[in-house]
Amino acid sequence: MNHLIILPILWPLLVALLTMLPPFDQNLLLRRFLSVSGSAVLVVLSALLVIQSTEEPAQLYQLGNWAAPFGISLLLDQVSSLMLCLTSVLALAASLYASSGEDENGPFFHALLHFQLMGINGAFLTADLFNLFVFFEVLLIASYSLLIHGGGKAKTKAAVHYVILNLVGSALFLFALALIYGASGTLNMLDLGTKVAGLSDTQLQLLQAAVALLLVVFGLKAALMPLHFWLGNAYSSASPAVAALFAIMTKVGIYSLLRVFAMVLQDAGFVASWVFPVLWWTGLLTIVMGVLGVLASEDLRKMASYLVIVSVGSLVAILSLGTPESVQALLYYLLHSTLATAALFLLADLIANQRGKAGDRLVNGRKIAQPVLLGTAFVVVALSIVGMPPFSGFIGKLLLLQAVPQGSAMLWYWSFLLGSSVLLLIALSRAGSILFWQVSGSDVEARLVGRRRTSALLLLVLASPLLSLFAGPLTAWCQAAAMQLQHIANLNPGAF
Amino acid sequence: MELLVAIIIGVLTCSAVFLILRARTFAVMLGLTMLSYAVNLFIFASGGLKMGAGAVLKATEDYADPLPQALVLTAIVIGFAMTAFLVVLSIRARADLGNDHVDGKLPVAKNTRQGASS
Repeated sequence: MNHLIILPILWPLLVALLTMLPPFDQNLLLRRFLSVSGSAVLVVLSALLVIQSTEEPAQLYQLGNWAAPFGISLLLDQVSSLMLCLTSVLALAASLYASSGEDENGPFFHALLHFQLMGINGAFLTADLFNLFVFFEVLLIASYSLLIHGGGKAKTKAAVHYVILNLVGSALFLFALALIYGASGTLNMLDLGTKVAGLSDTQLQLLQAAVALLLVVFGLKAALMPLHFWLGNAYSSASPAVAALFAIMTKVGIYSLLRVFAMVLQDAGFVASWVFPVLWWTGLLTIVMGVLGVLASEDLRKMASYLVIVSVGSLVAILSLGTPESVQALLYYLLHSTLATAALFLLADLIANQRGKAGDRLVNGRKIAQPVLLGTAFVVVALSIVGMPPFSGFIGKLLLLQAVPQGSAMLWYWSFLLGSSVLLLIALSRAGSILFWQVSGSDVEARLVGRRRTSALLLLVLASPLLSLFAGPLTAWCQAAAMQLQHIANLNPGAF
Repeated sequence: MELLVAIIIGVLTCSAVFLILRARTFAVMLGLTMLSYAVNLFIFASGGLKMGAGAVLKATEDYADPLPQALVLTAIVIGFAMTAFLVVLSIRARADLGNDHVDGKLPVAKNTRQGASS
């Protein structure tokens, strides 16, 4: 058995535990070094896994060597390795950025960061629905504490909503799992996929009830339309490095939707008859709600939070098409949108630090001390979010548009996506011109951006031109990943 | 027995939903606790309800499904930890925001009425 597969879960756990032990618990510098190098090792690990998943067929890892439907299995395929890689890059940027001062607010910042990574990586790797629940809880309890890291009224208020909503979500998730187990007798994703075809009508009805609950749970995680209200406050009040890392959290919801509906249950008739239409319309409406939020935002951080919602809407709507082309487009756009919004969260903080009292609010403020660095970064990020060439957003949106089949679906999706792009262009250019050009007051010596923050920012900002530079091989790779996802669904766990 | 368990789960869930929709963190917390009780019973029931079946293999001919028991154990532990976190967070919110309303501020009209009555 290939033990590399479980390392993305074990390694962050080890790093998190080490940061709480001597000598790291007393020495902030050592702790930072451990945390950043731990994330760097994770990048290498996930890169290895990407290579492995490309060269070899999908692999199952049986925990404790228990045979497939009985033991818990981890599944490494191209989609999960891609998500791992994305997470580790974000983690590197977040831990680097936090090392420049944000982690001084509490002794356990780095430990929590790595516990969160453990949960996220576990959720991406697992092939067992109950195990998915467990890893959801691991990442959630770490995210509760990270969200409130630094303290203050706004954070506490956002955290109360976030925690209560997610606790209700967890309860619904458990109801759904019990229903699935009661109906099909298995919680292993691959096993469930093969058993769905043989279920009786009563069992199928139970399964549909479970699926409806799962939709709510994953929709809550992904911030889909009626369940997105928590996101704006939570993300905009979180400290910047945490918010950048949280950019992947909504994608965990989307990934789970993809796994369950586009892979496990892809052959079940009810998915096409009502699950996908529900996802399609809520996805489109989520775009509308996100764009309205972006236009109404009073500061850059709020704007970045609502941009997350816009990207969730475009991704979920495309997911509901259920074709390999749509999965390919989804994977590429997911990479782009996660990195771009994470970069915007960091950028918002850097800009806020140099504008004195005005912060990142969209009002006249002090002149920014480093307009070239921050201005260029802002232009790159904004253009790539809007979807202007030559940046990755352009290619991402092009793929999304091409994945929609001709007919009424095309009419709806094209008008919503392109309309949202125009409005985002207006909102972001307004924000940029206010932040950088509407200067008032005297020049006061501002704190320049440190080396760690610059490198964290550049890591995320440069991802966008890189994604478009290597778009050819990357889209081909995403296509192979999408084909593989469809192929795996038809295998039973014994076939590995 | 199925009917009894179903009614218990239903009543627990109803009370939980009612309490979660209250605006005070304490009531919400009680509601979430109740919801997790309902969930735990529900998971138990998912393996099928049996009377007098053994919990251990080979002890009796007829034995209960062991998986829901393992699931329920995990769910209890996680639910307990999460509730504990929420208790601490609620206390913190009470201290930070000055009241125990989930939105962090009391609706104005309600506040004056309560002030008059108490």
